[in-house]
Amino acid sequence: MALILEDVQVMRAADGTPLKLKLARSMRRQQLKSLALIAPLFLFIVISFLVPILMMLRNAFYDPDIHDNLPQTLVEISHWDGKDVPNEDTFAAFAADMKLAQKAKQAALVGKRLNYEIPTLKSKTTVTARKLEAIEHGPWKEALIGLDPVWGENETWAAIKRASSVYTPFYLLNVIDMKQGADGSLQQTAPERQIYRAILLRTFGISTLVTLLTLILGYPVAHLLATTPQRTASILMIFVLLPFWTSLLVRTTAWSILLQDGGAITQLLSVTGISKLLNFLGLLHGEPALFKTRLATVLAMTHIQLPFTLLPIYSVMKTISPNYMRAARSLGATPAYAYWSVYIPQTLPGVAAGCLLTFILSLGYYITPALVGGPTDNMIAGFIDTAMNSENNWGKAAALGTILLTATLILYYVYNKLIGIDKMKLG
Amino acid sequence: MAGPLVKFERVQKSYDGLTLVVKNLNLEIPKGEFLTMLGPSGSGKTTTLMMLAGFEPATNGEIWLSGQPVNNVPPHKRGIGMVFQNYALFPHMTVAENLAFPLKVRNFSKSEIDAKLKRALDMVQLSGFENRKPGQLSGGQQQRVAVARALVFEPDLVLMDEPLGALDKQLREQMQFEIKHIHQRLGVTVVYVTHDQTEALTMSDRIAVFNDGEIQQLSTAEELYDTPNNSFVAQFIGENNRFSGQISKVNGKQCEVTMAGGQKLRALNIVGGTAGTRTRLSIRPERVEIVADSKKHANVLPARLHEIIFLGDHVRARMSVAGNDDFIVKIRHNNRQELVAGDEVKIGWHIEDCRALDEIGATRQ
Repeated sequence: MALILEDVQVMRAADGTPLKLKLARSMRRQQLKSLALIAPLFLFIVISFLVPILMMLRNAFYDPDIHDNLPQTLVEISHWDGKDVPNEDTFAAFAADMKLAQKAKQAALVGKRLNYEIPTLKSKTTVTARKLEAIEHGPWKEALIGLDPVWGENETWAAIKRASSVYTPFYLLNVIDMKQGADGSLQQTAPERQIYRAILLRTFGISTLVTLLTLILGYPVAHLLATTPQRTASILMIFVLLPFWTSLLVRTTAWSILLQDGGAITQLLSVTGISKLLNFLGLLHGEPALFKTRLATVLAMTHIQLPFTLLPIYSVMKTISPNYMRAARSLGATPAYAYWSVYIPQTLPGVAAGCLLTFILSLGYYITPALVGGPTDNMIAGFIDTAMNSENNWGKAAALGTILLTATLILYYVYNKLIGIDKMKLG
Repeated sequence: MAGPLVKFERVQKSYDGLTLVVKNLNLEIPKGEFLTMLGPSGSGKTTTLMMLAGFEPATNGEIWLSGQPVNNVPPHKRGIGMVFQNYALFPHMTVAENLAFPLKVRNFSKSEIDAKLKRALDMVQLSGFENRKPGQLSGGQQQRVAVARALVFEPDLVLMDEPLGALDKQLREQMQFEIKHIHQRLGVTVVYVTHDQTEALTMSDRIAVFNDGEIQQLSTAEELYDTPNNSFVAQFIGENNRFSGQISKVNGKQCEVTMAGGQKLRALNIVGGTAGTRTRLSIRPERVEIVADSKKHANVLPARLHEIIFLGDHVRARMSVAGNDDFIVKIRHNNRQELVAGDEVKIGWHIEDCRALDEIGATRQ
């Protein structure tokens, strides 16, 4: 239609201006108005959310410590063929850079970065930098190797060359237990230093378990809430929502008190004789130890996440007319078959939404595993926290964050492909 | 089969133990009948249907199906087809899967299912729609699928709970005929619930008018319209002019009723009252004539015309008669005299068209 109009003649408004132009003009005011209304939120999200996240994630592959502090060395080392120990010029440039760095109190940063490539280089670099201050003249090669034989090794210079670019795959490779070899090829990290894959696997494992548990516990409750009369349902709903309104930290702390050795739950188990029974059956030896275990982590997380899984399922169930079940039964289906073949499939959008929500939120847990979990229950977010607050390794934190974000986005993508995000019902 | 297909025997239903939603229901439905339960919402008609389907237990009394008591038979073993309000087609299944559902649970073979499915789709003229989801069908098409699904496993009895409520007027009328024709062709027994009297009148062999948990009258459409048994039925089915009065004289099946204004009218004594009984007279608007000759009719009253509404095939005249300001007379268009609002005319009607009914039902509405 539009094509025909253009071919034949331009539609014009009564005053002769082209109709499209007139329409655009008449709509502009409205568009500006709506733009002005969303602008505050838009700016807020960009400034407080989008930009900081992008800046943080940049740390995963952006590290200028070597580039900024060893400029002369990098010029010289770019000519290096890597076969033999670099020449005197390179050593001289390195010595000059290190002297400047030491003065600017940046030598430790260089050491920290090199330490990621070859452990032990941190202390050797800082010691070398301090001792270099006393040395006035070359030849620098001998002087430096004299200070520490490590400077006479090819490995060391290959590491400096690898770390020379401001962009480095080091952090990202590191958190999937990979590294670049001296020749730039990808290698597995030494088995005794591989930890991140296990952490990633553990994070996904705990999240999956928690998601399943919330689903198993939440589904029948959601069904009860959706089918009981409104008055009873509102009272029951308060029981679901009350913990939901309590701070996560408070609930986690409460769990740590309940689960402590000699705490409420342990006592309950021994008073009721369940401990004895479990001991008798050989399932338990001595008093149960619940605190600082995987069980405690999963228990507390399941409790906290339950409403997140339950509420989307409930809201979908609310919309399912009881007539579907009646229809299925009138057509000859037993109650169990009708429930399985007619009711459950219709709740799937809610189940998917609730599970996705819980799974993604579970991936990011770190307070709960840290407070009630054992030393091997720390999840990926806990390691991000450690990397940032204890190790001061922002590159690693950002790389772990990137992995987490990527995993979440992949999950979302798969969900969208399989079920369709438009089918997700949250309320 | 001898005996009725469905029999309600002194059936009562209460949800809260305080009030009866269905009061002492006795009803027999012979095989092959199209029976409509008609009534306002809350009259107990849907509850009755739900008890028959097995979704609600009867509080008291017994329901019989093909001579067997079914009070303790769960819905899926009753073998009753059902069409629901808003269809209740399974949204996650295609049309074919919806239709195959009752056949699958009955363990029919694949070839049998295919054959029955094809026949059912042909019956409702929806061949070619097998792989559509209900959401991709129009309201009328969904309705047809719902009817086909209720019939595909060849039940003896099909229940329909306001199945046409969600359709627009034109489609509703078309579907009324389609359902009626399917009923005639298959000879299946249908129990149909509606609050729409036109629907009930067009489709049914018999109509049970429900109000207040009781069947007010059970008869054919014609009888219901022409000879309502009480004020509620007269009021609920069709249009109806009313006068309140008191029986002053009884003469066989007829009686004389004195109105508040002193006028005396003669009517059929349906209520069976004696002199002094309060009564409500009911006259259909099309049975009233504007008369010149006052000897032709038993009842003649002066009337003042308020307005005339032209409706194509007839005109409606609203007038004041004996203190009733909303007295409606339907006059066929070609019989229409030159009437103007404000005219004083005389109107009259026959004794047989004027029924003296109960007063209680009249005050209820």
